[in-house]
Amino acid sequence: MHQLWTTFQASWEVILEKTQEHIYLSLVSVVLACLIAIPLGIYLSAHRRLANSVITTVSVIQTIPSLALFGFMIPLLGIGPKPAIFALTLYALMPILQNTYVGINGVNPALIEAGKGLGMTRWQLLWIVQLPIARVVIMAGVRLVAVQTISMATIATYIAAGGLGDIITNGMSMMDTPTIMLGAIPVSLLVILINILLLQLNRWLTPKGLSDKKTTVSINTHAKKRRAAL
Amino acid sequence: MGQAAVEFQQVTKNYGSGNVLENFNLVIPKEKIVTIIGPSGCGKTTLLKMINRLIEPEAGSVLLGQQDIGELNPVELRRSIGYVIQQIGLFPHMTVEQNISIVPRLKGEKKEHLVARTAELLQLIGLEPEQYRGRYPHELSGGQQQRIGVARALAANPSIILMDEPFSALDPISRVQLQKELIKLNEQVRKTIVFVTHDIDEALKIADVVVLLKAGQVIQQGSPKELLERPAHEFVREFLGQERFPLAYSI
Repeated sequence: MHQLWTTFQASWEVILEKTQEHIYLSLVSVVLACLIAIPLGIYLSAHRRLANSVITTVSVIQTIPSLALFGFMIPLLGIGPKPAIFALTLYALMPILQNTYVGINGVNPALIEAGKGLGMTRWQLLWIVQLPIARVVIMAGVRLVAVQTISMATIATYIAAGGLGDIITNGMSMMDTPTIMLGAIPVSLLVILINILLLQLNRWLTPKGLSDKKTTVSINTHAKKRRAAL
Repeated sequence: MGQAAVEFQQVTKNYGSGNVLENFNLVIPKEKIVTIIGPSGCGKTTLLKMINRLIEPEAGSVLLGQQDIGELNPVELRRSIGYVIQQIGLFPHMTVEQNISIVPRLKGEKKEHLVARTAELLQLIGLEPEQYRGRYPHELSGGQQQRIGVARALAANPSIILMDEPFSALDPISRVQLQKELIKLNEQVRKTIVFVTHDIDEALKIADVVVLLKAGQVIQQGSPKELLERPAHEFVREFLGQERFPLAYSI
């Protein structure tokens, strides 16, 4: 314990720097994935025939082991943060895409008919009805992805992308437990913290009328069925 | 019968499995409650949804006043027609007030106006505005929800309201209550209400005019009394039920 503390005192600046790199890698990847997958999911929900093939394709990426995916990046994009972000983004697409698709398709058809019949345009229907109702499900996907990306960014050290993985691998090669811990503890704390933060944000963003358990549960079971079907 | 609110002229609609409606003609009179009944598959919901262009006819035209609705912008058209559906269709993430004022808001009306309008409508349907405006749909009973559905249809002050089996999902007690309220309401607001139902009691009870359809044809159109006293066809007796007709007519 004493050893851990002295190592921390000696290298806290490095830890801070690596944490910043780690957050940068994860944040950029998650934001990029959201920017791609949410609009794509919305598009697919209106083009269901296309949806199955696209979702299947994207889910193939998910089956590639993460280390292997980083390996593929080396001949394609070289090493450093950019290929790492590319790989992390690819990995993050699926859960957001699927939850967006399922969330929007899960909106009760009667509400769509009511909206249309009352004179909403397609965009109004999307912004006023579909997205607010699907938001709970979409945000659940984003939270999953945030946690997954922070964990995976640890391995990005193997393609020289930086982040807290650097400290862990460094400690491993030196067989130095305190150093390993000084990488592993911040990364774990980061994941837990982000998870709690997003859960809180989710609760806060959920429209009051939807916080009723019945509605949320029915959307969730729908999402599960959909996932099981794929 | 007065002026026509909606007129179907030679309308044909095909769903791929034969014509649901063929060269269909119908005049719906102004400011009346017009119920449309008939066996399932007779085209009654198709008919209703053609009025707000949720369904487009293959041939023929639907006139609203003197205007062919095929020439109108569908979004604008729907905002000028009230619409109440069976599953109620209140938006669960919006308060009662937001639900009621949705159409005026889509039209871009001012906020101060909306608050007053909501209060007025809530009073009209017998719900205390201060108590209910901030509630969410799931906090209301089925009957209350559908009252809000009716208020929402009235919000932009349309001259026509379409109702697609609006009370069929309600329990019998609220159903009867809402039927009574609808009759009373229309004595006040004087709208043309086109009301599709499969409940014959309901159709005869609330209607000024009943339209009985079978296989895309109007079998008889008239007041409930006319249908019962002078059925135009054997099918009228059959569909409404022999027991409703006095013995003298049934032999």
